[in-house]
Amino acid sequence: MSLELVCPAGTLPALRAAVDHGADAVYMGFRGATNARNFPGLNFSEAEAATGIAYARERGVRVFVALNVYPSPASWEIGTATIDRAARLGVDALILADPGLMRYASDRYPRLRLHLSVQGSATNWRAIEFYRQQFGIQRAVLPRVLSVTQVARLVGRTAVEIEVFGFGSLCVMVEGRCALSSYATGHSPNSQGVCSPAHAVRWEETPEGRQSRLNGILIDRYAPGEAAGYPTLCKGRFRVNDTVFHALEEPTSLNALDVLPALAASGVKAIKVEGRQRSPAYVGQVTGLLRRALDLCAASVPPAAPGEAEDGTWTPPADLLAALDALAEGRTHTLGAYHRPWQ
Amino acid sequence: MKLAVGPILYLWERGAALDFYSALCDEPVDIVYLGEVVCGKRRVLQRGDWPMVARALEDAGKEVVYSTLALIEAESELATMARIVDGSDGRFEANDMAVVQYAAGRPFVAGPHLNIYNDATLQLMASLGARRWVAPVELPLATIAALGASRPASLEIEVFAYGRLPLAFSARCFTARSHDRPKDDCGFICGDYPDGVTLYSREGQPFLTLNGIQTQSAAVQNLVGEVEALRAAGVDILRLSPQSRDFPAVIRAFRAALATRDATATFPAASLPGGYCDGYLRGEAGIDHAG
Repeated sequence: MSLELVCPAGTLPALRAAVDHGADAVYMGFRGATNARNFPGLNFSEAEAATGIAYARERGVRVFVALNVYPSPASWEIGTATIDRAARLGVDALILADPGLMRYASDRYPRLRLHLSVQGSATNWRAIEFYRQQFGIQRAVLPRVLSVTQVARLVGRTAVEIEVFGFGSLCVMVEGRCALSSYATGHSPNSQGVCSPAHAVRWEETPEGRQSRLNGILIDRYAPGEAAGYPTLCKGRFRVNDTVFHALEEPTSLNALDVLPALAASGVKAIKVEGRQRSPAYVGQVTGLLRRALDLCAASVPPAAPGEAEDGTWTPPADLLAALDALAEGRTHTLGAYHRPWQ
Repeated sequence: MKLAVGPILYLWERGAALDFYSALCDEPVDIVYLGEVVCGKRRVLQRGDWPMVARALEDAGKEVVYSTLALIEAESELATMARIVDGSDGRFEANDMAVVQYAAGRPFVAGPHLNIYNDATLQLMASLGARRWVAPVELPLATIAALGASRPASLEIEVFAYGRLPLAFSARCFTARSHDRPKDDCGFICGDYPDGVTLYSREGQPFLTLNGIQTQSAAVQNLVGEVEALRAAGVDILRLSPQSRDFPAVIRAFRAALATRDATATFPAASLPGGYCDGYLRGEAGIDHAG
């Protein structure tokens, strides 16, 4: 088995860190509202991108460019200009979500490899087949909603390469189908490339404790000494039927290490690490740990038969899990939807 | 402009759903969407009930459209989708690209859960058979108007004008989880909540609504005061999303607003805890309310 490791590059130093620590491919975005990690200080100018691509290429690492918002008529030309720029730079693949932009890219640059972004929200083989028939996509990134068994079945039904998330912040909702952030703040992943944007966050110290608000809406309140996390709105504590709890999801990271052999055996092509907003140090550490995990897994586990996909026979080394947990949101991890009981 | 009644987004009792559709036959609406959009496990009506309901509505002069699931994961869900599309006599709403792929050029309604945000995508969908486009809920009216201005001839535009906004879908069933039940053994607990479960902030603000794997707004988006702006933007159809109480009064208030052009007149007071919202229309936070 051989799973490709695809790592985030929010900046040139992060790109170098990912390349140096064992990524097989990195993904980046251009500056401006064209990708789902549109945070201040992030992303690449054309010159930086050229430098990054050269650095990666010299070390045998491929570079993907993500443009995963759905442009409105007003921002359409920013989208097409971004595709033109990526084609000019000769990137190894363009990661798109919007069907209109896919049409543009496949018409103008038929030799440019297209990947369907997780924001494309394709959760079944027919949806993936739609993008293959229309635009010739060669890879699809799956939303974080399928169990390991469902991933395996899907892989068996499609000719398109499948990439899945292996580590990083956990989207609880189907990517590309979530308007929670725009409902609360007016800014969404689909339209502006942001979720729970920093400009809408307000911290308060009150007699009841530290509070986080998003556009005025109370997302969480922390007791003295309790660790406070970024107020991503689906990770807050709310009241439902007189119980206050993390009603949508807890602050936790996705970690798919436990199911790596099953994913590999099912024919998944690549494992993606979330985190273009993360520091170069974080990207380097996570990349290195996942590289070690993939190498260990490949060396120690005989490929399982597809039908046995969920009976993974490996236990990831405890020190590896501990090191990843130390880097994780909430310092803990979950298998998310890969593990049916999570659902 | 026409009035449409969206699919029932909740798990209602069979009798309540049959009564609802029976009453709709006599209400001033033009289009009724049937079927299940949220959860592949739910059976609001039996399979044999739907054609009967459709016939009664059509006999009353309504256009009937069969909606389909927004989040399709399992093979069984693909098979159900295919059966609905094949049995719908060309009247179905696609809420996932799987439907567009399966339909292979047959005419369809592009539902609110397809991500159509620009001309190129709308033109593509029209070329593949879209005859009507229900705009994604987060689109500002300015964007809808821009797309409307360059839309293909004969493509109708529909806007979600009334109801708790369908905002997100997940693999996780939040209603079952709020009752500490696993999704695979949910006991259809969502059936206890005919308008969903309201989620409040810790200081008591009604914020969201849990509806199985779907998350909605707690506030009801109500565009009854914006009918003229919607008409000016080229909107052809207003979608009213079913709720368990006061729905006939809501329909009549919208019908009155369409007829008198400026009346918000006799709208029923909000019966759900979140009040009203309309911010998306202006490109603001959806939860905002200008009145």
